[in-house]
Amino acid sequence: MDDFLQNFVNWQIVERYWPYLLRGLGQTAMLSAIAIPVGIFAGLAIALMATSKSRLLRGLTVVYVDFFRAFPPLVLLILINAGLPHFGLRLPPLGSIIVALLLNSSSYYGEIFRAGLLSVPRGLEEAARATGLSTLQAAMHVRVPIATRNVLPDLLSNTLELVKLTSIAAVVTFVELTQAARVVQGLTFNATPIVIAALLYFIVLWPLARLVSRLETRSLSARR
Amino acid sequence: MDRILAQFFNAEVAAQYLPSMASGFAVTLGLAALIVVTGLSGGLALAVARTFQLRAVTFAIVAYADILRCLPPLTLMFMFYFAFPLAGISMSGMTAAWLALSLVLAAFSEEIFWTAFLSINKGQWEAARSTGLSFGQTISHVILPQAMRVAIPSLTNRTIAITKGVALASAVAVPEMLGEAIAATSYSSNSTPLLMAAAGYMIIFLPLAIFSRRLETRFRWN
Repeated sequence: MDDFLQNFVNWQIVERYWPYLLRGLGQTAMLSAIAIPVGIFAGLAIALMATSKSRLLRGLTVVYVDFFRAFPPLVLLILINAGLPHFGLRLPPLGSIIVALLLNSSSYYGEIFRAGLLSVPRGLEEAARATGLSTLQAAMHVRVPIATRNVLPDLLSNTLELVKLTSIAAVVTFVELTQAARVVQGLTFNATPIVIAALLYFIVLWPLARLVSRLETRSLSARR
Repeated sequence: MDRILAQFFNAEVAAQYLPSMASGFAVTLGLAALIVVTGLSGGLALAVARTFQLRAVTFAIVAYADILRCLPPLTLMFMFYFAFPLAGISMSGMTAAWLALSLVLAAFSEEIFWTAFLSINKGQWEAARSTGLSFGQTISHVILPQAMRVAIPSLTNRTIAITKGVALASAVAVPEMLGEAIAATSYSSNSTPLLMAAAGYMIIFLPLAIFSRRLETRFRWN
């Protein structure tokens, strides 16, 4: 038991490397703070195109969404990171990470918003247009708010996934939480840092996961 | 332009690394198939166990699902591969990757199956039992066929999202496609193997993504 504690929850190591792990958590938060709004706005734009009258736009969004839903985000990140310099584009790791997260998450957010927009009765848009709102105003003030409310559980659940996905940055040695834990684990030959990292992810994300479950069950009983 | 073609679409490099990329493809495909099987059957078993409504069992399942849904699969792989050996539990990178992704898929699919079970009217359970079906028969012949209709769109979507995480296994030394491509790219200083890997992943996952969209459209109108 002592041996186990020594290896898995070693307080000396926690005390010594806590600032480093905390900085990793800060970087994870920073990546999320950029990737979430960017992904949501891109997703919304895709959904508006996917529900537009133009067949071409609708077709293009289907191809985009299916492609990036199938493409593993880590492969995307490695490809961007290794490939772009050959086109004379040298992004810092942060840039490659954000682009990879954007391409992946916008397709998921886009698909969710599309389902939401499709759930808004057509009469509502017609009514909004009849009061003199432009198409854009009708979208911004009527369709999108209602669509967002209808798919809120899915939006939150995808946001949770996106925060977890920032961990792939570790593979290009960007020191977010997972990579910070891996570095300290390598220095100390001790499992504690990775256990602490897992614990931090759980503490931060669990309230969101609970909320998603609550909302899902509630929308289920509302439908029954 | 020629330089770019030689860097990304180099036939010589492609031919040279085709055997190792093919073996990486086989590893990726095998591992992905295994994860789907263990993850989904684990999730279904947990959801069925939850229908007994024993407080301790339900608590354990909810705790499991909540924890596993909050941890990034990569962090979990690192835990199994780098941290567990320090406590005397050693496993290969392959086992670590399989275990991590199966556990995560089981957690998510348990929630999806459970929500689908809840959507089935209680009367269905009672009617099935009163015709003399056993509990097991009620689940497999009455509840599951109806629940699957509810579950399938989210289930396929989530299964693809988690299973394409096999690429993460390259970070714990599994010789799957991405790992082989990164190695080949650094030996040859040429990006062609990376594009080959990308194409390989598309061959596996694109048909699944298209199939899942068709299922979603079909089930939406029912």
